[in-house]
Amino acid sequence: MAAHPAQTGATAGRPIPKASRAVFWNDPRVRGIFYQILAVALIGGAVWWLASNTIENLNSRNIATGFHFLGREAGFDIGENLIDYSPADSYFKALLVGVLNTLRVAVIGIILATIIGTIIGIARLSKNWLVAKLASIYVEVVRNIPLILQLFFWYSLITEFLPGPRDALHPMAGVFLSNRGLKFPLPAHEFAYDLAMVLFALGLIAAVALGHWAKKRQDATGRHFPTAWVNLGLIVGLPIAGWLLAGAPLTFNAPVLQGFNFVGGASLSPEFSALLLGLVIYTAGFIAEIVRSGIQAVGKGQTEASLALGLSKGQTLRLIVMPQALRVIVPPMTSQYLNITKNSSLAVAIGFPDIVSVANTTLNQTGQAIEGIAIIMAVFLTISLSIATFMNWYNKHIALVER
Amino acid sequence: MSDTAIPTAMPKPIAGPVIWLRANLFANPLNAIMTVLVVWFLVMSLPALLDWLLLDAVFQADSVRECRAAGSGACWAFIGEKHRLILFGLYPYEEQWRPLLVVLLLIAMAGVSCLRRFWTKWLAPMWIATLVVVGILMWGGVLGLSYVENARWGGLPLTMILAFVAIAVAFPLGVLLALGRRSNLPAIRAICTIYIELVRGVPAVSLLFMASVMLPLLLPEGMNIDKLLRAQIALIVYASAYLAEVVRGGLQSLSKGQYEAADALGLTYWQKQRLIILPQALRITIPPLVNTLITVFKDTSLVVIIGLYDLMNAAKASFVDPAWRGSSIEAYVFVSLIYFAFCFFMSKYSQSIEKRLAQSQNR
Amino acid sequence: MATAVQQPSDEPMILLEKVNKWYGDFHVLTDIDLSVKRGERIVICGPSGSGKSTMIRCINRLEEHQAGRIVVDGVELTNDVRKVEAVRRDVGMVFQHFNLFPHLTVLQNLTLAPIWVRKTPKAEAEATAMKYLERVRIPEQAHKYPGQLSGGQQQRVAIARALCINPKVMLFDEPTSALDPEMVAEVLDVMIKLADESNVTMICVTHEMGFARSVADRVIFMDRGQIVEQNTPEEFFSHPQNERTKLFLSQILAH
Repeated sequence: MAAHPAQTGATAGRPIPKASRAVFWNDPRVRGIFYQILAVALIGGAVWWLASNTIENLNSRNIATGFHFLGREAGFDIGENLIDYSPADSYFKALLVGVLNTLRVAVIGIILATIIGTIIGIARLSKNWLVAKLASIYVEVVRNIPLILQLFFWYSLITEFLPGPRDALHPMAGVFLSNRGLKFPLPAHEFAYDLAMVLFALGLIAAVALGHWAKKRQDATGRHFPTAWVNLGLIVGLPIAGWLLAGAPLTFNAPVLQGFNFVGGASLSPEFSALLLGLVIYTAGFIAEIVRSGIQAVGKGQTEASLALGLSKGQTLRLIVMPQALRVIVPPMTSQYLNITKNSSLAVAIGFPDIVSVANTTLNQTGQAIEGIAIIMAVFLTISLSIATFMNWYNKHIALVER
Repeated sequence: MSDTAIPTAMPKPIAGPVIWLRANLFANPLNAIMTVLVVWFLVMSLPALLDWLLLDAVFQADSVRECRAAGSGACWAFIGEKHRLILFGLYPYEEQWRPLLVVLLLIAMAGVSCLRRFWTKWLAPMWIATLVVVGILMWGGVLGLSYVENARWGGLPLTMILAFVAIAVAFPLGVLLALGRRSNLPAIRAICTIYIELVRGVPAVSLLFMASVMLPLLLPEGMNIDKLLRAQIALIVYASAYLAEVVRGGLQSLSKGQYEAADALGLTYWQKQRLIILPQALRITIPPLVNTLITVFKDTSLVVIIGLYDLMNAAKASFVDPAWRGSSIEAYVFVSLIYFAFCFFMSKYSQSIEKRLAQSQNR
Repeated sequence: MATAVQQPSDEPMILLEKVNKWYGDFHVLTDIDLSVKRGERIVICGPSGSGKSTMIRCINRLEEHQAGRIVVDGVELTNDVRKVEAVRRDVGMVFQHFNLFPHLTVLQNLTLAPIWVRKTPKAEAEATAMKYLERVRIPEQAHKYPGQLSGGQQQRVAIARALCINPKVMLFDEPTSALDPEMVAEVLDVMIKLADESNVTMICVTHEMGFARSVADRVIFMDRGQIVEQNTPEEFFSHPQNERTKLFLSQILAH
């Protein structure tokens, strides 16, 4: 590399006009353009070489490229589906089932991991020595063992060590835990439950409206309104009241043992349970650390200043500590959410039909390897990019203004 | 802090167990309730766990059935029987001293690399030499060692080789990618950014799939790459994108003054990076680098999905034997301990470095 | 001097009796006795680590004392949260590092306590806040964030914030020691003006001896967790009694 001339050129002093002395390749702009052309040419060449190999290989193996196969009949069954699906449906529909299964695990996993992770993160900061110690042991153990190993562990525990349906564990009425998964009752379809759902939705809307009103009134008169308690009444109390008024029916669609398995009720398959359990327990360990460091990032002086102004501990937490901790917590938290989504692809190892495992079956059956991989990548990139876009927007929204 | 140079700690007028208990376990009613709940939980779970692990465990048996008849606890006899398979996979039994040596060598080198006094320019050549020795030991075929094809490698040495080689190759790649992403040449910046975001946006599993399914299609006919190398390539690609982001974080934390000072000295781009910027940026990034190493070490276990016999898969293979069916939990606990030991040590090391860096920055 | 005459009408604003505090084995405060009259201005000085910050932080219970009694405006500080909050409502505090809330604008920093603690309507709280911002001479910064202000401006905002709760006592914990030299004067000016214009009780930990001379009714010297000497500023500076005081003053006044 032409390092030497550049160095002497620079040390010899800048006033000398470039054109008179320097050769054109010492101009950083020219060099920059040269490097870029070189890089693009190298990458382009590599891509062209790989692509031409691929076309040759595909030709010699008589594989037609393209996504026409998506319309063909899939011919394989999928154990769990959120939409109606049968082997007679198309590959496209099979893949759609896979995407929905991925999203289902991811969304439920994110919610549960956030709750558990936050609790453990706060527990690590507890002044109670035992609680703090226990929380930190949890974090250390969970984070230092590979997720896939944990998934196999839970799956083994469920399928090998839980009893069969006939001697299923029966912790409470209507709930059965066996090696076929978890069975639990669902409320039967009745007017009272529909009413409760509608009232629940109304309660939510009313709570939001009430919040606005309480804020306005506080601004105007200074009087505080116990929003938390009233909202609890609106969101929880209202549906219960509706249910009671409609006669308080207690009909459940409970699972019943018939022959070798259960019928009725709702169920979580062993695969889904193991995947969810593994993802939640693993990710909660990471979220706990994020929450802990977020809270610790808010200096002690902030709490002291707030307390010195006469604010209560609760107000200090709500008005001073949380808003500042969230700024630190949200970015890494988003990437953990992304991780849950990406890690849900380990479903393929224990046989849960997520998008990776359905796409894998598809590419094995059709031989459309490139298309199959492309679909997997496209799905995850779409999810990643949407979350990343949201995160950038949010970061800009809450960034601290400094000079 | 104010003028008092004393850290604000829990008030402890007089030391002593009773006062410690009151301050740390029964400071207020809520605290006391939590203590009672935790103690109750421990009393309920610890004895059962201890029974399973040790007191009711069976250490001598010839099959799972004998184990279960002899005691209700764990069947450690299984580990006694199968630990060589789990640790070394299908490597020829009488040659297994070679992978054992490899494991010890890699651990020793990792230990040496943790010590500050070995952070010299000799570290990189030493690692290259180590990897050469590892290759000779594993493959053999020279110095009177019998040849062992890499399809028979497995267990802990395979896991360690996958992780260390991935990091060793991905590290320089990651540094280049990080510099590229911060370059002011738009084409180079775009290429690096797209690579990093593409790799980080998809699951590691899909990269492994891609390597195992698509690589044969991408290469010309007759050019065959075996499974191990394909997995290794996928892990390198994966690790380099994450390392690039770690290094970029370090580069960003340097003040603009460092760049300006280097420019003012008249250094070229590469001199500036090599002498001024990278040494500082990499020092800051040691803790996150070690964390990435932990991640990669754990994620080597994903090769189970494409059928390599790493530690994870060797564990799964160990209870396929009909005589030992049903001892999966024991196998998983055993390999969990191995993974934990490695990762725990690395994370403690990264924390200690972090603490030291924080101290030197405060000064 | 320190033993003020105890009359029901002339009850001291702040009373410390035999206050002791430990950090682990370290004895930070030893048998502190102090009585502060209403409207009195006290300056506390002493070498670093002498416990002076800890002492004033005990007065609004940012630190707990472990033995002795602290009474503020007739309310004794105990573990009772309501008493602590009652005291804090009447005691304003200014910190060495300002401790403004970075996520709130200057105006929001000022109106936070009036709105949430005193339950003042927002418009009224903002009007009061603007009044205090004018007193500390930065009304034009009201809608900026703390991060956009200079250190001196931030500390003046912090003083205004403490004044917004209309306190009976103001505690200053080294208010100028984190500031660049050219900003010290603007903060001290505000504090002197406050002392001239109001009758709030002030306790100020500072090494600004000029400020002590012009404002203080009493100067207290602390060392190793004890009150070593206290006197009027004139006497304190011209005839220090204790050897430790003399040594300290010679070090402070040397430069």
